[in-house]
Amino acid sequence: MKKKNIISRFWIYLVVIAFWVICELLISQESLSPVIQNQLIPICCWVTMAVSLNLVVGISGELSLGHAGFMSLGAFSGLIIAGWLQNAAQVESPVARLVLAMLAGGLIAGIFGFLIGIPVLRLRGDYLAIVTLAFGEIINSLIINLYVNLDQGTLYFKFLKGRGLPGIPLLAGAQGPDNISKIALVPAGFILVLLTLIIVNNLIHCRTGRAIMATRDNRIAAESVGINVTKYKMTAFVTAAVLAGMAGAMYGLFMSRATKPTMFRYTKSIDVLVFVVMGGLGNVNGSVISAALLTILPEQLRFLNDYRMLIYAVVLILMMLISNNPLIRSWMTRVKENLFRRNKQTPSVPVPGLDDQKGGGRT
Amino acid sequence: MSESIRKINTDTKMVPVPSNSIIPERDIGKMPVLECKHLGIDFGGLTAVEDFNLIIGKTEIAGLIGPNGAGKTTVFNLLTKVYEPTRGTSLINGIDMHGMDTVAASKHGIARTFQNIRLFSNMSVEDNVRIGLHNQVKYDMFSGILRLPVFWKKEKEQHERAMELLGIFGMQDLANETSGSLPYGAQRRLEIVRALATNPKLLLLDEPAAGMNPHETEELMENIAKIRDQFQIAILLIEHDMSLVMGVCEGICVLNFGKIIAKGTAEEIQANPAVIEAYLGKRKEAEA
Amino acid sequence: MVNLLVNLVNGLSLGSVYAIIALGYTMVYGIAKMLNFAHGDVIMVGAYAAYVALRSLNMPPLVATLIAMVVCTLLGILIEKTAYKPLRQATSLAVLITAIGVSYFLQNMAQLIWGATPVNFPADFITLPSISLMDGKLLIEGATLITILAGAVIMVGLTLFINRTKVGKAMRAVSEDRGAAELMGINVNRTISITFAIGSALAAIAGILLWAKVFKLEPTTGALPGIKAFTAAVLGGIGSIPGAMLGGVLLGVIEIFGRAYISTALSDAIVFSVLIIVLLVRPTGLLGKAVREKV
Repeated sequence: MKKKNIISRFWIYLVVIAFWVICELLISQESLSPVIQNQLIPICCWVTMAVSLNLVVGISGELSLGHAGFMSLGAFSGLIIAGWLQNAAQVESPVARLVLAMLAGGLIAGIFGFLIGIPVLRLRGDYLAIVTLAFGEIINSLIINLYVNLDQGTLYFKFLKGRGLPGIPLLAGAQGPDNISKIALVPAGFILVLLTLIIVNNLIHCRTGRAIMATRDNRIAAESVGINVTKYKMTAFVTAAVLAGMAGAMYGLFMSRATKPTMFRYTKSIDVLVFVVMGGLGNVNGSVISAALLTILPEQLRFLNDYRMLIYAVVLILMMLISNNPLIRSWMTRVKENLFRRNKQTPSVPVPGLDDQKGGGRT
Repeated sequence: MSESIRKINTDTKMVPVPSNSIIPERDIGKMPVLECKHLGIDFGGLTAVEDFNLIIGKTEIAGLIGPNGAGKTTVFNLLTKVYEPTRGTSLINGIDMHGMDTVAASKHGIARTFQNIRLFSNMSVEDNVRIGLHNQVKYDMFSGILRLPVFWKKEKEQHERAMELLGIFGMQDLANETSGSLPYGAQRRLEIVRALATNPKLLLLDEPAAGMNPHETEELMENIAKIRDQFQIAILLIEHDMSLVMGVCEGICVLNFGKIIAKGTAEEIQANPAVIEAYLGKRKEAEA
Repeated sequence: MVNLLVNLVNGLSLGSVYAIIALGYTMVYGIAKMLNFAHGDVIMVGAYAAYVALRSLNMPPLVATLIAMVVCTLLGILIEKTAYKPLRQATSLAVLITAIGVSYFLQNMAQLIWGATPVNFPADFITLPSISLMDGKLLIEGATLITILAGAVIMVGLTLFINRTKVGKAMRAVSEDRGAAELMGINVNRTISITFAIGSALAAIAGILLWAKVFKLEPTTGALPGIKAFTAAVLGGIGSIPGAMLGGVLLGVIEIFGRAYISTALSDAIVFSVLIIVLLVRPTGLLGKAVREKV
């Protein structure tokens, strides 16, 4: 690998670690504003969500509008497992509970990702989008009607009515979780982010990643060289689901009682999609920046009150209009070519508007 | 035509075989790479290809020609299992291809290029070839993510083999260019390299000389022969450029309205009245 | 038996609302190949506009409706010209995000203007008396009746418009092949604007009828019905006008029946499950066309 490419590939890890170190220092000296401190774990969760969604939308080229559904599955299965570990298995260490809960969350989300992927990934672009949205809403509907109790080590599951379940409630339908401590930790958040970046970046820059990008760029050509399109689209989809599940588990164990399935509906999936598009489709490192900024900024701009979301909307529209303006794009391309003469190791991003989507395009 | 091209034709002796094809003498006795038996496909009410019979020898360079709309690309699509034939069957090295999909066809040794170039235009030239090597140089996803030693070893192997393949057309210097930014002729050549990367037994070229000037076409002719000699594979090409077809193809099959109207060597095809009629039309009796 | 009919009527009524909204989605998708995520919020604006006309301007209901239609039409054209037209050459994802931005904008603007407190549907808006059938056992509200009638009229009217008028033909042509249509002398920009205009005008009607159904109007009122109507459009085959009508009505009936016979809490899950099952069997929707890509 060429020297300059190492920097271009690894700067993001340095940035994340530096940010983490600075935060820990400020926290230990109690100089970090509580507003930001309280946001660190959510920021890590949304960064993980954005990076994993970018794997599906930017690298695999499939529009998923149900990504928050996997986060939801991870959150609630993580909460239930943590509740069981805490109350029944008597696992003392909150760190152990957190790690196990996150692994469980990731696993459950991954399984559902596989099951959902089987029918979904056969569909064409826009249909795939609406079906992923549909699944996200179904997940929301199901969890909001789910009641889970814990009695002497056994979990009891019930639908629609929570009456009559023995023991203590862990999940009470629309009321949300109960009897589960908040055990999410800032270091765990940053570790999750680094893990996600390593997994996704390494995946992109290996044989599997190339195959996934081939299926994005030209499905028919990919098949003609012997690449099983469904298998690789599924790989991206399930990997993203696992990462989203882990982020969800962390988020659930951060909010505990306040976690509600309605937090993970299509509006949330769309928020994450906006993070991804703003950071650049296929630009995993860009997603980190955009997700972090777009999570911090609205909080920092609270003083704008009612105008805050309005300004967000206007800025969003303007950014899309500007970044897709042909004049500005050709200017940007020239600037990039002059700055980075032969930076070709980065995974190539389909250049919207300039690249033909019809001709040799994907199905 | 240059002398070197003429040489290709005079060296090969074509032997007519009772069943429907002509294969070079050197390939007699060896399993033919492709055998099509009464291959046909209907799209609803339209019969696109009918009763297609062809045998291609192990190292034969064969041509598939015919007027526009004759069904040539449809034959390619049948061979690469983009479509499942509604009638007949095809065998690759003796293996029946019934029920196979495109991916299986590729794994059994059929590679192709496309009439409208289908490169991974956002990826680099080298990456395009590496994707062709996907099933040749393998390692699993977890080794890739964890960057285990096998990852480094195989990536190096892929790089070396990709460079070697690009060397056929002298394209090594272009390895890091975005493939979509290449000039048209280079893109066509890259597609051929990518197809060769899959280690095929039969290479299908769909109008490889389209859009090329005479100089590029001559180079292509030499390269096609070179590829066949170096890789010892069979090549079937669709072409409209007759100098290319007549210059490099050992056996030629002529298609019109989905049916084969003639098969033979270049000389035989050129003299065949049915072929002439298909391309030029019937001479009107009134004009004397 | 009575219950079945009640549910059927309610289903048709809700379905008509979804159908009217779905028509807007499908027409715009057909002609501009974009998912107009902001459509649901234009509906909400239509309802508020009618409210303003009724209460602040003291207009009679019918005039208020017309004013709402005019407002929505202008709004739709404005959005098209400022936010979507500049992105005609961009990827569909870029347009989708922009549409999302417009959606956020409309919702928050509405909140700024009218506040988040829900507004109740004015009792004097629809003065059509209810119909009593089967000796009083089956009561069809005036609003329900109007909704079904409006739905039917719009469906018939739009079908005639698309198939019999020159503008309708132009719309179909641009949907099929924009380049060819332009070469044939069709003013593509004008045709696209007209499509948005019609869709938005219908949105105003849908907004008022939806409000009559849900009774409370808030800035977020249009969002979920918009999504469901979009689902209906896809169910019927996105881009197909009869498909949108069929999908809308079907979805409304399924939702009401799901609520009545299975569970209210799971009615959304049921509706979306139906979509998934249909698309598994017919990947391009009930009346959608399978597009063959040339290899």
